[in-house]
Amino acid sequence: MSTQQFPTETWTPANFLERVIAATPGESRLEMCIQCGTCGGSCPSGDDMDNTPRQIFAMIRAGMEEEVLASNTPWYCVSCYYCAIRCPQEVHIPDIMYTLKNMAIAQDRYVDSVAPDWSQTFVDYVENYGRSFEFGLATRHFLRHRPTGLRDTAQMGLGLLTKGRMDLMPQRIEWLSQLQAILNRAKELEAEGA
Amino acid sequence: MQRSARPYLDSLLAIQQDIGWELEEIQDWNCCGATEYISVSRLPAYALNGRNLALAAQQANGVNTVLAGCSACYLNLAKTDRYMQKDGRLNAQVNEALAAGGLHYDPGTVKIRHLLDVIVHKVGLEAVKRKVVRPLTGLRVAPYYGCMVVRPDPENRFGSPEYPTILDELMKALGAEVVDFPVKTHCCGGHMTQISAPVAYELIRRLLYAADQYQADIMVTLCPMCQLNLDAYQDDANKHFRTNYTMPIVYFTQLMGLAFGHDPAELGLGREFVNTAPALAKIGVEVPEEPAAARPRTRRDDPSLPMPQPLLKK
Repeated sequence: MSTQQFPTETWTPANFLERVIAATPGESRLEMCIQCGTCGGSCPSGDDMDNTPRQIFAMIRAGMEEEVLASNTPWYCVSCYYCAIRCPQEVHIPDIMYTLKNMAIAQDRYVDSVAPDWSQTFVDYVENYGRSFEFGLATRHFLRHRPTGLRDTAQMGLGLLTKGRMDLMPQRIEWLSQLQAILNRAKELEAEGA
Repeated sequence: MQRSARPYLDSLLAIQQDIGWELEEIQDWNCCGATEYISVSRLPAYALNGRNLALAAQQANGVNTVLAGCSACYLNLAKTDRYMQKDGRLNAQVNEALAAGGLHYDPGTVKIRHLLDVIVHKVGLEAVKRKVVRPLTGLRVAPYYGCMVVRPDPENRFGSPEYPTILDELMKALGAEVVDFPVKTHCCGGHMTQISAPVAYELIRRLLYAADQYQADIMVTLCPMCQLNLDAYQDDANKHFRTNYTMPIVYFTQLMGLAFGHDPAELGLGREFVNTAPALAKIGVEVPEEPAAARPRTRRDDPSLPMPQPLLKK
């Protein structure tokens, strides 16, 4: 592990690279990338990405903020951590992908809305019930984005239902107001820090 | 684990006595956010996990291990704990958010471990072997670990992030024949089934192909997401590639339960999409056709426990 650490308390990020590093928890080690391409070669969804992770890191350094945040790359990351353990520079690649997704949502950059909407729908259920809710999640998502795929999904949903593996009503946690108070405060803090 | 992965929970509760455990659910736990919450916003995602950690620490009662069965829950809890230890600013921010709900968490208070890790390393393979009354002799098992349990694994609990063998050893201890499964830590597709299904189908196909090539009778998983993708989406993947794989996918705890002599219905067998009956017939187990009626769940509800009280600021 490196000893280099940005003094995050006092330091104000100036360019895109620095902002990505500052917004990633712990040490991102993004500045250590040597452009070897091990990440893209290890990535199970690399073929389907607009840019491989290696390219994305070069683009971040080049300050190509718009292009990076419009790329499907972070949204096609499946968080499998193959790149992370194989990276010779120990760059925390999945964490950087999360940071890029946060930024793309905040700036509304990503063109194809399916992935961000899926995440947002999931978050809505967590915020309103404290737990995820497959039935509502799938129904909302498919009605909005893949109405033609609804027939096949409905079949699978029916399977889950009859096998006792899905509820028709969401479960609500007991102290939902406590969870919401925590999340609201976290959102305020994040907004202050941004 | 209560819904789509119900067989996982049922089988875990069934075997807990065999391995000398008494499990206690974290009171009023919330969802870990999977890989979705952290995609939308960072600090709330860590606070979400911080709440679970804080509740667990309050409830700890002398035991300080949080056991996670799901890969995403395990990684999210472990990552939150680790980053709070390493990143002072994150720690302060998460705790400021938790304070809004009257909670506090000191990173490092609880140990977050995966079910498989604790069964193999704490209970031990010898203790498991002693409990086997119905060895899985002749059953060819493909051990599937998936991604997020064995990676990044900073504490090296699983031996290897790319080719671990602890699930293999556990299955051997149950008497099963374990196939050498080269894709054992490849990705199951995760949430890609919802975002771009063809991408997920290809990842599912690779796993089914390998298990089929190695003539496995059954694939075992340790994660609800992997089980759902490989089982419920197997048919869709088959349609997409015009293949006809029928690879049953079960949780490792279900096979443990069978080896310990439990009734298949008690272990949630029969709730899969891909029929497990032909594979399990090899070890003389009959799988119920209709899922068994729900078993009343027992949760220790001792009012004397130090329960967290919500202290809400207006």
